[in-house]
Amino acid sequence: MFLINCPYCGERDQQEFKAGGEAHIERPKQPTELSDDEWAEYLFMRKNIKGVQFERWNHAHGCRKWFNMARDTSNDEIKAIYKMGEKPPTQ
Amino acid sequence: MRNKYSIFSLFKNALSYHENWQRAWKDPAPKKEYDAVIVGGGGHGLATAYYLAKKHNMQNIAVVEKGWIGGGNTGRNTTIIRSNYLWDASAGLYDHALKIWEGLSQELNYNVMFSQRGVMNLAHNLQDVRDLKRRTHANRLNGIDAVYLNTKEVKKFCPIINTSQDIRYPVLGGTLQRRAGTARHDAVAWGYARGADEMGVDIIQNCEVKGIKRSGDTVEGIETTKGFIKTKKIGVVAAGHSSVVANMAGLKLPLESKPLQALVSEPVKPIIDTVVMSNAVHAYVSQSDKGELVIGAGTDDYISYSQKGSHQIVEGTLNAILELYPIFSRMKMLRQWGGIVDICPDASPILSKTSIKGLYFNCGWGTGGFKATPGSGDLFAHTIANDEPHKLNAAFNLNRFVSGDLVDEHGAAAVAH
Repeated sequence: MFLINCPYCGERDQQEFKAGGEAHIERPKQPTELSDDEWAEYLFMRKNIKGVQFERWNHAHGCRKWFNMARDTSNDEIKAIYKMGEKPPTQ
Repeated sequence: MRNKYSIFSLFKNALSYHENWQRAWKDPAPKKEYDAVIVGGGGHGLATAYYLAKKHNMQNIAVVEKGWIGGGNTGRNTTIIRSNYLWDASAGLYDHALKIWEGLSQELNYNVMFSQRGVMNLAHNLQDVRDLKRRTHANRLNGIDAVYLNTKEVKKFCPIINTSQDIRYPVLGGTLQRRAGTARHDAVAWGYARGADEMGVDIIQNCEVKGIKRSGDTVEGIETTKGFIKTKKIGVVAAGHSSVVANMAGLKLPLESKPLQALVSEPVKPIIDTVVMSNAVHAYVSQSDKGELVIGAGTDDYISYSQKGSHQIVEGTLNAILELYPIFSRMKMLRQWGGIVDICPDASPILSKTSIKGLYFNCGWGTGGFKATPGSGDLFAHTIANDEPHKLNAAFNLNRFVSGDLVDEHGAAAVAH
């Protein structure tokens, strides 16, 4: 359990948020031309990193907006929060 | 030769104040090379080593464990054993395990305290009733014992349940698998470790895997904190950390690791002599032989390796427990903990070869791996020894995420986390 600084509402309890999994997985541009392996990669395969991971979160019981987060999954420490469409921080 | 545990050995050792018991397993330094190395010394890993040595005559093998054996999810689960799964593939897999459980204490000469006290699953709405009835029929067609109970029969089987119809989620019925029950989780790890060790398996604790060496598409060995170990076959049984080990070999798995919580109460006199699970309100409870209520909570929705979960998950479970069992209202909870579970998109496990020759994965058991420990070890040992899955785990291959042939137990299992 931790506090999350929503880029639109400010600091709120994690209970108000919904985790949306790994971020920056791009939707295939040509879905009809994808092989089964590529579909599996897009749909199911995940990095599942122990360490700093980029992920999506939704302020489900607040502004209902989506945003990105860099979080250390080994200790739940939030490193950075950035808006949808922005590039992930390099450090 | 290992001394056999018996009433006589107990008596003999009592005479020397229990100070001369033989070591249950050795503490060897790793050899330079093994025929196979199992990564992960939990119940599943130790069982795999045990059956490799026993049924496939592979004694020159090792189990490497980064902590101590049984210190991960094996010692953190709520010890429930059942096989009432909906789909044929799952029913085959879990009932195979249940059949081994029934003779396990005798086979290992180690009391795993397997207790077939029954597992009851409750229905709280019309959809639950339909799903549970369907599952009862599916179970019976697969030769798995299952009965459907109405509200009165639920009350008769477990009298402390509040079956009044004016609660938020009233009990409309339930299913019962009488062959299901619980076992002592630590004893399972210790029993398999002792059995494997006796056949010559090296159990190496405090030995973390740091890398997997491969030449082309074939494994050559593992880098560990105790040096390099050469081997042609690596069986990874690393539960929540499966993706971490997979990354070392340059593989990606369809897994997400999340904290799953459980808690126990202060010990009280016997009050509940079965296991009751409720999917809809997410509450399940049994009582240990020490008298503690053992309560399982849910998973958090975010990926984490922290072995801590969120407070609201525990709160939600206890709310549901109190509504179903008002008699527990003044009990105090003693301990709460989290384990990291690796969840597949279809909530079914992976017991499979990989695209790398000699690398095998046994993972994705998610929130319900303990019950499968003996069967998982047996089938995974078969897969490693023959480089070919057994027919019971053929459906649980890694390729199902490419072919689309998923074993979709999400929501169809007795408890969906």
